[in-house]
Amino acid sequence: MADEIKMLKVTIDNITIEVPQGTTILQAARQIGGEVAPPAMCYYTKLKGSGGKCRTCLVEVSKGSEADPRPMPKLVASCRTGVMDGMEVKNITSGKVTDARNGVVEFLLLNHPLDCPVCDQAGECHLQDLSYSHGKEGTRYEFKRRTFEKHDLGPYIQLHMTRCILCYRCVFVADQVTGKRVHGVLSRGDHAEIATHIEQSLDNDFIGNVIDVCPVGALTDKTFRFKNRVWFTKPVDAHRDCPNCKGKVTLWQRGDEVLRVTGRKDQWGEVEDWICNTCRFEKKHVNDWVIEGPTKIDRHSVISQGHYTGLDKPKETFSAVHGGRAPKLLMDIHSVSEVNRPGIALSEIQGPATSDTFNIDKQA
Amino acid sequence: MGRKLLLEKAHIPGIRSYEVYRREGGYASVEKALRMAPADVVEEVKKSGLRGRGGAGFPTGMKWSFLAKPEGVPRYLVCNADESEPGTFKDRYLMEFIPHLLIEGLIAASWALGSNRTYIYIRGEYAWIVDILEQAIAEANANGWLGKNILGTGFDCQIYVQRGAGAYICGEETALIESLEGKRGNPRIKPPFPAVKGLWDCPTVVNNVETLAAVVPILNIGGEEYAKIGVGRSTGTKLISACGNINKPGVYEIDMNISVEEFIYSDEYCGGIAHGKRLKACIPGGSSVPILPANLLLKTAKGETRMMHYEGLADGGFATGSMMGSGGFIILDEDQCIVRHTLTLARFYRHESCGQCSPCREGTGWMEKILNKIEYGKGQLSDIDLLWDIQRKIEGNTICPLGDAAAWPVAAAIRHFRDEFEWHVKNPEESQQRNFGLAHYADALTTV
Repeated sequence: MADEIKMLKVTIDNITIEVPQGTTILQAARQIGGEVAPPAMCYYTKLKGSGGKCRTCLVEVSKGSEADPRPMPKLVASCRTGVMDGMEVKNITSGKVTDARNGVVEFLLLNHPLDCPVCDQAGECHLQDLSYSHGKEGTRYEFKRRTFEKHDLGPYIQLHMTRCILCYRCVFVADQVTGKRVHGVLSRGDHAEIATHIEQSLDNDFIGNVIDVCPVGALTDKTFRFKNRVWFTKPVDAHRDCPNCKGKVTLWQRGDEVLRVTGRKDQWGEVEDWICNTCRFEKKHVNDWVIEGPTKIDRHSVISQGHYTGLDKPKETFSAVHGGRAPKLLMDIHSVSEVNRPGIALSEIQGPATSDTFNIDKQA
Repeated sequence: MGRKLLLEKAHIPGIRSYEVYRREGGYASVEKALRMAPADVVEEVKKSGLRGRGGAGFPTGMKWSFLAKPEGVPRYLVCNADESEPGTFKDRYLMEFIPHLLIEGLIAASWALGSNRTYIYIRGEYAWIVDILEQAIAEANANGWLGKNILGTGFDCQIYVQRGAGAYICGEETALIESLEGKRGNPRIKPPFPAVKGLWDCPTVVNNVETLAAVVPILNIGGEEYAKIGVGRSTGTKLISACGNINKPGVYEIDMNISVEEFIYSDEYCGGIAHGKRLKACIPGGSSVPILPANLLLKTAKGETRMMHYEGLADGGFATGSMMGSGGFIILDEDQCIVRHTLTLARFYRHESCGQCSPCREGTGWMEKILNKIEYGKGQLSDIDLLWDIQRKIEGNTICPLGDAAAWPVAAAIRHFRDEFEWHVKNPEESQQRNFGLAHYADALTTV
């Protein structure tokens, strides 16, 4: 029985579960799921050595373990801290944690340009989600946000350094997935930036995966640039017989057009399989793919807007509830509207239309 | 007159050369150590109560005994000579004037820890000291103190000097290890600690220059004898690099049972405040420890005389105390402006943050900008509270202690000198004309 994995008991926000030895607090919390799972901006399960940098997943360890019940003096990064037997962890039940996380969100947004309206990542951006869940509504920062010199990373990948939160995920992808890394972090402190040291493009077969792992809009798909907003596109799972990768992807379609191809992501926003550049950038036609069906998107996500999947249909119809009566509208908007004047052809009005344009009685 | 253990022979002419050093009794500790079992050397250091001289003050013997010793895996000893803390220049002095003391301590420590390859990671700006150390290592090699089969014990040891490239962060032990491996000097996330997984994933001990040099007198006079010097848990002697507005800046070796007042005003040490001015504030342990106003520096909050040792300087916690730190003793006189001083430190930490974790990367820059605003007369009263809130959110939430080091000076400056910040905000024009802040801190205080 020597090779049997030891199970450890851990309590997170008063919920106790048993996890195998070697599990991190974050992974244990993700097994519980829901709000108990701390947010993670830099940790990525598939990337060895990632995590610990963004500090959003900080938790309070109120009891170290059964053997050593002392609480840990500082908040710890749950993504890099292993579970001990009998450990007690406070995440959302700790005021210290929510306060620290609040601070981290403020720090992350400090120099972020907040150009969400023109950012391709908007709608699937982890920083947006984090700001909504843990941030404040205003900023206390009143200085110029930092900017960087632009670097061109080649025909496929668009770099917006101002949006970067330096999670190092793309560095780990280049190290661990592509085997050859030509980009990295230059400079230090608040001027640290992702770039290639000598201007060159990233052209490895699997380098496109840096787009999928980027939690913000710093690395986006050039072939999808300004094409559409993600919440207007419909994600479907598809696959193809690819010689390089597993070929299991998500297609982001508008009508029959394939606007974008990404890896399939799980509920924590992490890809299930790395996909190759051919699948991602070249195969932009429905004929290239075998469609499996709609991708399940969390119903709270903005991407679910207008996607009627996973909705609970009401058991009774409207008229059954109303005792057989047809629904009665409060007012007929067509009859009361001052604006809707079919007699007026907007194309014939000179200049922009004003309320006077529609006020026929006054004009008369 | 305090007892000198490290700098006792530092001023003998020609002590830099092997011949003179050996003639003065050098390398005796290595002879002694190599006749002892390695575990006994560790035990001797444990008995001495020696605490890390780099800043944290962790007991060295305990650190050494934590070193994992798996079979077939090399162990490394790394000497941290990346002395970059503003106000600290004790290691430089030691290495420059008596380099063989460090080499001697390194060989004895390498034997104790079983390190066959020992590294000195030295600050890149200390280029000329690299030459001095290389020279000393070559001499030690030529005389059989390094290399293969030292003194016929079968123990092999070689010391390598590696220059840093100019980064404060590489003084943090895990960042130092990364840099030594040829990578970007980002601190690692702990655990695992270097004692288990350090240099090239092997068990590693990283010690400060002064700590390793102190191994020599410990072995020479014995751990128990060494422990008799000093007070309580602060044993032995400590090098203090005193600078700022004092008559006699320099490196002083103190045994840790003199008072701060004596250190500042006695002629043996700092020799009082320069130009007959009054003492306003002091940073007792290098730029990252909390600043103390004169009244709290000389007397603790309980009214006792504050002593120059680990516990004495830390008395009262961060509310009314400070830290021994690395021994960079910076004195500010009545003309110095605390706001400007804090801005200078904030600028330093902003420049030196590695940019790995978000609170430090963003927070240090933000603090500098706000302090800049206050210093140049554009501040608001709310900025002071904002600064307080920022430092609170950086402290303790970062990977390495640089975040704390950036937060503490700001916190202490606001805690003790808040009215000076307010004066800057309320009198923007006057604060521009006078390059210093309020002087009244010095008024209520007595000078010796």
